[in-house]
Amino acid sequence: MIKSVMVMNTQGKPRLAKFYDFQPVEKQQELIRSVFGVLCGRADNVSNFVEADSIFGPGTRLVYKHFATLYFVFIFDSSENELAMLDLIQVFVETLDKCFKNLHTILDEIIFGGQVLETSSIEVIKAVEEISKLESASNAIALVSKSVSGWRSR
Amino acid sequence: MAGTSIMETLFQRDLDDLIKGIRQQQIKESLFISKAIEEIRREIKSTDLPTKSAALRKLSYLSSLHGADMSFAAFHAVEVMSSPQFFYKKIGYHAVTQSFNDDTPVILLITNQLRKDLNSSNQFEVSLALECLSRIGNVDLARDLTPEVFTLLSSSKVFIKKKAIAVVLRVFEKYPDAVRVCFKRLVENLESSEPVILSAVVGVFCELCLKDPRSYLPLAPEFYKILVDSKNNWLLIKVLKIFAKLATLEPRLAKRVVEPICEFMRRTEAKSLLFECIRTVLSSLSEYESAVKLAVVKVREFLVDDDPNLKYLGLQALSIIAPKHLWAVLENKDFVIKSLSDGDYNIKLESLRLLMSMVSESNVAEISRVLINYALKSDPEFCNQILGSILSTCCRNLYEVIVDFDWYASLLGEMVRIPHCQKGEEIEHQIIDIAMRVKDVRPALVHVCRNLLIDPALLGNPFLHRILSAAAWVSGEYVEFSRNPFELMEALLQPRTNLLLPSIRAVYVQSVFKVLIFCVHSYLLHKENISSVNTDNLASEVPESVFARMSCENSDLATSEAPASSEQHDSFNPRNINQSFGDLSIENGGDATVSNSQASTSASLGRNSFTQESIVNLFNIVELALGPLSRSHDVEIQERARNVLGFTDLIKQEILNPVVQGEENLARAETEASRVVKLMCDAFSEELGPVSTSAQDRVPVPDGLLLKENLADLETICGDIQLPLSSSFSLSSTPLGEAVDISRTNLQSKDETEPSHESTSLLAEHRKRHGLYYLASEKSEVASNDYPPANDPMSQDKLNDDAEDLLKLTEQSLAPKKKPNQAKPRPVVLKLDGDEISVAAKKPELKDDLLSGVVQDVLLGNDGVPSSSRSNRSENLSGKSKGKEKLNTDLSLETKENVPGEKMPDHVNTSSRRSKHRSHGKERRQKGQGKDGEEKEDNGQKKKRKSNHHRGKHKAHQRADEPSNVVAQTPVIPDFLL
Repeated sequence: MIKSVMVMNTQGKPRLAKFYDFQPVEKQQELIRSVFGVLCGRADNVSNFVEADSIFGPGTRLVYKHFATLYFVFIFDSSENELAMLDLIQVFVETLDKCFKNLHTILDEIIFGGQVLETSSIEVIKAVEEISKLESASNAIALVSKSVSGWRSR
Repeated sequence: MAGTSIMETLFQRDLDDLIKGIRQQQIKESLFISKAIEEIRREIKSTDLPTKSAALRKLSYLSSLHGADMSFAAFHAVEVMSSPQFFYKKIGYHAVTQSFNDDTPVILLITNQLRKDLNSSNQFEVSLALECLSRIGNVDLARDLTPEVFTLLSSSKVFIKKKAIAVVLRVFEKYPDAVRVCFKRLVENLESSEPVILSAVVGVFCELCLKDPRSYLPLAPEFYKILVDSKNNWLLIKVLKIFAKLATLEPRLAKRVVEPICEFMRRTEAKSLLFECIRTVLSSLSEYESAVKLAVVKVREFLVDDDPNLKYLGLQALSIIAPKHLWAVLENKDFVIKSLSDGDYNIKLESLRLLMSMVSESNVAEISRVLINYALKSDPEFCNQILGSILSTCCRNLYEVIVDFDWYASLLGEMVRIPHCQKGEEIEHQIIDIAMRVKDVRPALVHVCRNLLIDPALLGNPFLHRILSAAAWVSGEYVEFSRNPFELMEALLQPRTNLLLPSIRAVYVQSVFKVLIFCVHSYLLHKENISSVNTDNLASEVPESVFARMSCENSDLATSEAPASSEQHDSFNPRNINQSFGDLSIENGGDATVSNSQASTSASLGRNSFTQESIVNLFNIVELALGPLSRSHDVEIQERARNVLGFTDLIKQEILNPVVQGEENLARAETEASRVVKLMCDAFSEELGPVSTSAQDRVPVPDGLLLKENLADLETICGDIQLPLSSSFSLSSTPLGEAVDISRTNLQSKDETEPSHESTSLLAEHRKRHGLYYLASEKSEVASNDYPPANDPMSQDKLNDDAEDLLKLTEQSLAPKKKPNQAKPRPVVLKLDGDEISVAAKKPELKDDLLSGVVQDVLLGNDGVPSSSRSNRSENLSGKSKGKEKLNTDLSLETKENVPGEKMPDHVNTSSRRSKHRSHGKERRQKGQGKDGEEKEDNGQKKKRKSNHHRGKHKAHQRADEPSNVVAQTPVIPDFLL
């Protein structure tokens, strides 16, 4: 089970934070800070795994990858394989690279309630494109209908 | 109205503006955010959906990344999510998914919306609802939406189906009875040809298996098929994880999977799969030597790889196997040691752990040496990590690996001197612990402590103060082993001790007291010896050579007599105290009676000669150093310093100024002085032992002891307590009550009467501060006979009789279970029954338990009949089914099987009782159920068990022995697999 996904910049400012177990917002902020505290002390050429027991409780592990100014962090328990998670980060980043639209939508297609459902970035992109098409369609309809009605009532 | 909404829409900042604003940081971030939230609070109340949803979207963003509270928007989120337009619906769902939890009141309002969306024809709307359910689903949602999830499980759209499968995990977890509805469909998907679906369902089973593997053993054939057929690494990893759990429960299954797994190890290119294979073999298939050997070869490849990730995982794999196949670690020892200096902290840490796993009696010294050298070179963090693991490894199971405690004492001393050492607390604990437990180490330990105390530099490091406190205590308590008490005294009184915390300084002062008593007592003993040689002459000045000679003789004598005297000491223990009471009261009354000869003499004497000059000097140092402390603001220090000073005042004149007094006076004074000193010395030489934390509970409260009485009535209570005592000693000529009165009115004599209490109070104080042997405070209210409390020395005989706490009897103490072939005999380590760390039996959560019960029911062919809803579980169930039980004669077998469980010890009992409930519940079900069961058998995929009766038996087994019994479980596995 994946416990949490975080994207943060090298200054420790979060860009995306998703917790698959409910955490109060204060706790979320605290967790983000402690993860950054661990990551910022690590050199570039070292392993991508960090034991996260002290932050997320016993048995949890953390895998991160450092791209440009961003850290991509996955936190998970013993039912995931470390190297597979590292690959999954790669999938996530690749997908983002191809269509930088809605981080959340992309992530939700890959990880569903903490479980990995899709590992092919092609499939993810396909779904995300369709969703955003649907979104913009409904949004456009809404805007048009509203401005029309607004105009009428005037 | 509409006009304003357009204005709002036009001028509202959308999320992008917000993000830009935050990142530009023209004003302080927190200020910007609080302004934005103010804005959002206004906008979100808008009746215009776009405005509202844009506000909600911004709020979700701020909440997720900046920790803004969004509970106030819960209802608005529900409103937005119910919009028919997907764009807004998505925003609403996102907000709900992110912020709702069981405590959100409006969570009940979304049930219908979720149901509607789950039934939607738009797959993306369904997907939103599923995602939401998988994140925030609670008991009610899971129960109410189970039918929808069940329908979606057979959706024709892969996109929906995979998510429906995944959501089942949450539904099962929250509402176990959903298993009866959905489980069959879930299992059917294990044969899906669609890789995404297969992956999803295996993922769900992987999660379920981790919580309760036993329930899923019957599915082993399906998993095995996937293991053999699949080419998808992701899937294989998950299946391997499942088998890692199942194989430990079912040896025949292990035998079956070991070959395919080895095949993967030989063939696969994917490191992730390879690592999973290695991990599976090392953790669950470690009996298969060839597989383990192959895995270790592969681990080696990981270790020598340049990729630090693989190196790290390789080391982790080694630590999995270390407990069972240490050879695998030893084979790679060089590499492990090399990794200690790796640049990657993880790798260093991992190799440190491995190194510690290699520690045994024979190499503990060598490994510790290597590690201490590393610690000296390391950064503070890793240095302390090293020290911490040495300490924890060495003290494991009562210092199991330590044979040479003298060496260990010196190692502890060495650690203290490592510049980065911050392990004060742990070292302090161990110094006191081994001093108490291991009698033989005391001389060496006292020496180590002396070296620590004497070094003024250590006093400057606050991290070490607690260690110094332990050292001071040990030096005082075991001062008889000190080579030079005078030097020790100087160390304890050195000016830099004012850097210590008051609490630690108080320990120092107490040690000063002990050392002082010891020195004076030794001095007097010499004198007595002299006087017994020159019977008539109470020499005031004796040539030093005589002293020296005497002390040699004396120490010989003392050592030869040591065992005898200490035995005697034990047996006299309770009386000693009485006598001291008696003696004191006599003295206070001014009635000179010859004191009863005390049994104990100090165990050995120092090699230094205790001349009058040196004693005078000692008194002077003490007075000089403690004088200022008697006005200390800290009560502990002040009181103890005053005690010492009071004692010196009392004794000093009488012992050291013989010239002033006449000969007769002198004789009397000396007898008195020496009696006082002897008394104190006896009090202090009372040996303190480790006390089990549970010791107090075992001591019944004495009859006369009123624990809850008002303290204002102290006098009466004192009388009550002492009444039985007074009958036990015959020597006192004055009633005890009087003695108490005197001691209360006279501060000086209070100092004297106190010692026996004082030593115990010191211990108590120590315990309190160190928390090591702190007695459990709750006393049992049972009052049967008049045993005194646990740390009252009087009780020790009886405790020993009970073989409870071996406080002092090292001769008799149980030798720890140890292998006999040992070159050097290992000193006895005192052991308390409280020391066994009781591994708390892991109680599965009720929910999981329910889940596994339901799953087992379903897997064993009892699905289909919904029963116990959550509100109506266990207790109700059993109550109801008791009646049904009688009707159902068929199943008497099952009930019988459960009966013995009732007689088992407590922990087993509870589980069997719980399982009984379940089986009762099932009995009821099974009646109306035969049809369904047969249907299942016709499907015949896994179960060959034909008769109801037969099956019932298996179930009973399974339930009764749920926690551990593998044999009883076996029939669940169909034969064709094995």
